[in-house]
Amino acid sequence: MKLLAIDTATEACSAALYIDGNILEKYEVAPRQHAGLILPMVDALLAEAETELASLDGLAFGRGPGAFTGVRMATGIIQGLAFASDLPVVPISTLAAMAQGAADQSNTILSAIDARMGEIYWAIFSVGEDGLVTPLSDEQVSKPDTLSIELKSECFGVGTGWGSYENKLSSYAGTKLKGFDANRFPRASDILTLAINEFKQGNGVHAKDALPVYLRNKVTG
Amino acid sequence: MRVLGIETSCDETGIAIFDSEKGLLADALHSQVDLHKTYGGVVPELASRDHVRRIIPLIEKALADAGCAGKDLDGVAYTAGPGLVGALLVGTSVGRSLAYGWDIPAVAVHHMEAHLLAPMLEEESPSFPFLALLVSGGHTQLMQVNAAGDYLLLGESLDDAAGEAFDKTAKLLGLGYPGGAAMSELSKKGNSGRFKFPRPMTNRPGLDFSFSGLKTHALTTVRDNDDDEQTRADIARAFVEAVVDTLLIKCKRAMQETGITTLIAAGGVSANIQLRAGLKKMVTEQGGRVYFPRPEFCTDNGAMIAYAGYLRLKAGQKEPLAFAAHPRWPLAKPA
Ligand SMILES: Nc1ncnc2c1ncn2[C@@H]1O[C@H](COP(=O)(O)OP(=O)(O)OP(=O)(O)O)[C@@H](O)[C@H]1O
Ligand SMILES: [Mg+2]
Repeated sequence: MKLLAIDTATEACSAALYIDGNILEKYEVAPRQHAGLILPMVDALLAEAETELASLDGLAFGRGPGAFTGVRMATGIIQGLAFASDLPVVPISTLAAMAQGAADQSNTILSAIDARMGEIYWAIFSVGEDGLVTPLSDEQVSKPDTLSIELKSECFGVGTGWGSYENKLSSYAGTKLKGFDANRFPRASDILTLAINEFKQGNGVHAKDALPVYLRNKVTG
Repeated sequence: MRVLGIETSCDETGIAIFDSEKGLLADALHSQVDLHKTYGGVVPELASRDHVRRIIPLIEKALADAGCAGKDLDGVAYTAGPGLVGALLVGTSVGRSLAYGWDIPAVAVHHMEAHLLAPMLEEESPSFPFLALLVSGGHTQLMQVNAAGDYLLLGESLDDAAGEAFDKTAKLLGLGYPGGAAMSELSKKGNSGRFKFPRPMTNRPGLDFSFSGLKTHALTTVRDNDDDEQTRADIARAFVEAVVDTLLIKCKRAMQETGITTLIAAGGVSANIQLRAGLKKMVTEQGGRVYFPRPEFCTDNGAMIAYAGYLRLKAGQKEPLAFAAHPRWPLAKPA
């Protein structure tokens, strides 16, 4: 199986290529520079692997939540690539991708992205036998001191939300908190890990159905 | 050469396919007017969210209408600015990646250049050099067009754009948003001469405009008079006459100053029938000719982007893989 994934949802920008068991990745933390970086990253990966878009089996992308513009950029790029080369797409949660990146830290992961306006995008994941994360909660946008899910086991935190609201999130997790990594962003290699499984189950969608998930839907004054 | 054009700079998703031999093969449009109407103006985030839902289905439709596939295209053109940055980024990212996927060139188009080249999509089209009056929701400019890509800015609005003045005055008269066309309709029922609005900046030299005073004038006129249907129509009449007169005076002055007798008008306000009639009369009296896009190509559309993109591609322009949106992007060098 050959898959390409991209992510531009947060300050980080990344692309990754999966070819029969191996993952190649380009990753850069470069706020507001994603438009200049993402397609050159894709092109460089395909060149390094001596392959081309048309010979891939599918595409995946970080479908949000994250910065609205960034989430839409990844969506737009993937829609264009998928439509042009007639490839199926798997949209992957950015919160899940971050949790997947920290799946070796604990059996429970709390992903939180700073959503500005005093809120975080967050969700809790459990790490399965297969090493893949699955959601224990709905993805939500809320104030960091109003998380409503009870933590049942030891937990590790990831994401910028932990940097911005360390105190609030730590006191929420209490003694169950094993540690956190506030510098972890969604990245394409983690998206690929989750997407491989989705593709195996035949879950790809058409380019026009590759759409963002914003979580914050009140956008008018 | 066959070019796909993508327009997402504001509240219209426009997709079209232009063929240099056969002309326009497809033109698909989704207007978000209904989406923004309740807010009395375009909500940028809502606009971007809608573009990303509509763009691929519209591209599919345009290709089906044209009976062609990606492999039959020679380029993808997309609006890169000016406009709303979030909205622009939808069209630029889809457009750039489509071109990459199809392995054909991509070209970034200036939205206002596309507007001013729109009359060239018509059977009777102007030849260079010509003067261009760009009157839209965001711009009021007089331009000298020497050739495609060679533009000289002769004058522009120092405050509100003509379309903006139309929309704000329409709102005052309770006509909803965007109210330019409704103002034009209402003014037909109005009496000329009951109210007299100023012709801003016409009694001094130069080709710049100022329309914000007209809106203020409308506000005081509305306040100082009874609120009945006829009064509203009379105010609309006086407003439309003032805008049209002002534009005519400046266009005539530009023709006299440059010696160029071919004029085009483009942008949403150029759909206005009073302006069209006035320009025809004035330009003919001056011994010149005036050209317009068909009314549906006055407002935002994909056809003008495909056409402008075709000219740019033919001239050898190509975008690198690193793409960009330019929310503010001047077209012409100042004269
Ligand atoms: N018949 C008409 N008479 C007067 N104004 C009109 C008419 N039809 C449309 N308009 C005005 O045209 C404007 C829309 O034009 P257009 O779509 O070209 O502008 P825009 O794309 O929003 O702005 P820009 O192109 O400068 O970014 C609105 O202000 C609208 O009220
Ligand atoms: Mg326009």
